[in-house]
Amino acid sequence: MTKQDNTESLTFAQTILREDIPQSLLPDDKALEIEKKVVEIDSHALNFGPQHPSAHGVLRLVLEMEGELVARAVPHIGLLHRGTEKLIEYKTYQKALPYFDRLDYVSPMCEEQAFALATEKLLGIDIPERAKWLRVMFAEITRILNHILNLTAMGLDCGAVTPALWGYEEREKLLEFYEAASGARFHANYFRPGGVARDIPASLEDRIGVWAKEFPAWIDELEGLLTENRIWKQRTVGIGVFTTEQALAWGFSGPCLRASGVPWDLRRNQPYDNYHKVDFNVPVTRQGDSYDRYLVRVAEMRESVKIIEQCLSQMQPGDIKIQDPKFSPPPRADMKRSMEALIHHFKLFSEGYHVPAGSTYTAVESPKGEFGVYLVADGSNRPYRCKIRPTGFAHLQAIDELSRRGMLADMVAIIGSLDLVFGEVDR
Amino acid sequence: MADISVNPRQARLEGQLSSLAFTFLASQPHVSYAAVEKGELVVHTTCEHLVPFLTLLRDDPRYRFEQLMDLCGVDFPARAQRFEVVYNLLSVTYNRRIRVVVCTDEYAAVPSVHHLWPCATWWERECYDLFGVLFSGQPDLRRILTDNGFEGHPLRKDFPLTGYEEVRYDAERRQVVKEPVSLTQDFRDFDFVSPWEGMLTLPGDEKAHEVRQGMKRSS
Repeated sequence: MTKQDNTESLTFAQTILREDIPQSLLPDDKALEIEKKVVEIDSHALNFGPQHPSAHGVLRLVLEMEGELVARAVPHIGLLHRGTEKLIEYKTYQKALPYFDRLDYVSPMCEEQAFALATEKLLGIDIPERAKWLRVMFAEITRILNHILNLTAMGLDCGAVTPALWGYEEREKLLEFYEAASGARFHANYFRPGGVARDIPASLEDRIGVWAKEFPAWIDELEGLLTENRIWKQRTVGIGVFTTEQALAWGFSGPCLRASGVPWDLRRNQPYDNYHKVDFNVPVTRQGDSYDRYLVRVAEMRESVKIIEQCLSQMQPGDIKIQDPKFSPPPRADMKRSMEALIHHFKLFSEGYHVPAGSTYTAVESPKGEFGVYLVADGSNRPYRCKIRPTGFAHLQAIDELSRRGMLADMVAIIGSLDLVFGEVDR
Repeated sequence: MADISVNPRQARLEGQLSSLAFTFLASQPHVSYAAVEKGELVVHTTCEHLVPFLTLLRDDPRYRFEQLMDLCGVDFPARAQRFEVVYNLLSVTYNRRIRVVVCTDEYAAVPSVHHLWPCATWWERECYDLFGVLFSGQPDLRRILTDNGFEGHPLRKDFPLTGYEEVRYDAERRQVVKEPVSLTQDFRDFDFVSPWEGMLTLPGDEKAHEVRQGMKRSS
């Protein structure tokens, strides 16, 4: 921070204010004052975002630079804060569920799963087998959706445009499965406490089966573009290194933790739904850099395809939601004939169900890592408190540690490798 | 519970957790409550003993809760100490979770644990922002999620859902302005207590009800 730099930046700032901003855009009464006002700009602090294409949303990052080295990175979050937790306290359990789609909008169904599991735990209900298989299958489809977007966007940040173009085509196929199952491409509202919203159409299992056969070839193509690519490796190997101890202390989870050498996966270690019935590997790497986080995600996509195939082979026809009219709405046809069904339907969609008092911290392995819901029920039909444990919140916090003494250009590789989505971080 | 039959791991785990709960109750005099609730270990302690207890949980080779996964507040306005601060810890070594709960009010500060887990800083900032819980020893206790210049703590139960102020861009003044919230329709909050379950005294039946209550008291 030399004096010479300061004077230069001051004159520069004044020129901008006077000449480049049209008079009409300045507040009238202040237009004249501003010409005289001294504006101090520290030329060594850099504002990264909130409108930066590589910030993956509305991240404002204030970087204190020493030349081109990052001395300190200070993230400012909350620009997308919508008060989800407060809103949920005023909704019935059923109406609270769609908010979870809007948290991490890249992996909506995994988020729903956390809330559905937490509610089921408090209610003490168990869901039918087919619903569990459907949940596992769509959670894995969601994982692939998320990883495609993350890996290709990370490539885009580092200058590789092609993966993003190819990735969107694959995502489109998966979003069609979403649409066929739930009726919506993104905000699915498909997993419900007590099962899933409705059964999948007859042909969908076959279509997913065909896709699962073809998809590994696409992963090979993606790896052909990136894995051994000289530029890609220069941009990511040894960038944003985190040791095992650091990763544990900073609350890392998911691919970011596994890239640092911890074989920890909630699907394996604390299985929920039907994950204890499927066979899959948990990819782990040791270096803990951005490249390893990329490798872990690529390997995870291959494992997800395996899980989807196992779901398809083991899934049997059957109920898709708990057959208790207190928790699941009756079929439309019944409501035309049965008074009971009509009353149940009305009660369910106006009052909802009452959840016995208690609390639970339920976590699932979302594509980004551990996504937890701390749900406190007071016996009424609305959650007393619903704390959402976002994955990206913990990851983003460590960005100062990850980027210390790194280059400015490496910042985007680090942000990309952490897989941040601000709908989730800001809630 | 249904999970146990489905999931053999759950049954094993519950045994371990209840023995842990017993250990804490027996060996830690400050632990006022320790039990397994719905398969999850819950321990209540006090603010003074929080840091030594969490250090023990993190460092003792018997427990090894290496990760602080979540820290959050819960507001119970009716209690004398209205806030619960909940620490969710995870042991990767033993594959266990524990929930440590301390109680506090608006004025008494909870000791910060950012020196145990650096990730606690943002969780504590969030808890301060949304509930107004103070953390002593936390060097960076600023708001984190709410807007610049926000007043109040939105997740407190006495904070209305609609808030007090709304923000809009004023085209004439060419700046963002804050105004008191004005709603064209009031927020509708329904009371879902069923008249058959919740209402003990039917209209016109007050006298009979009083007699019944009186009989109950005398017997």
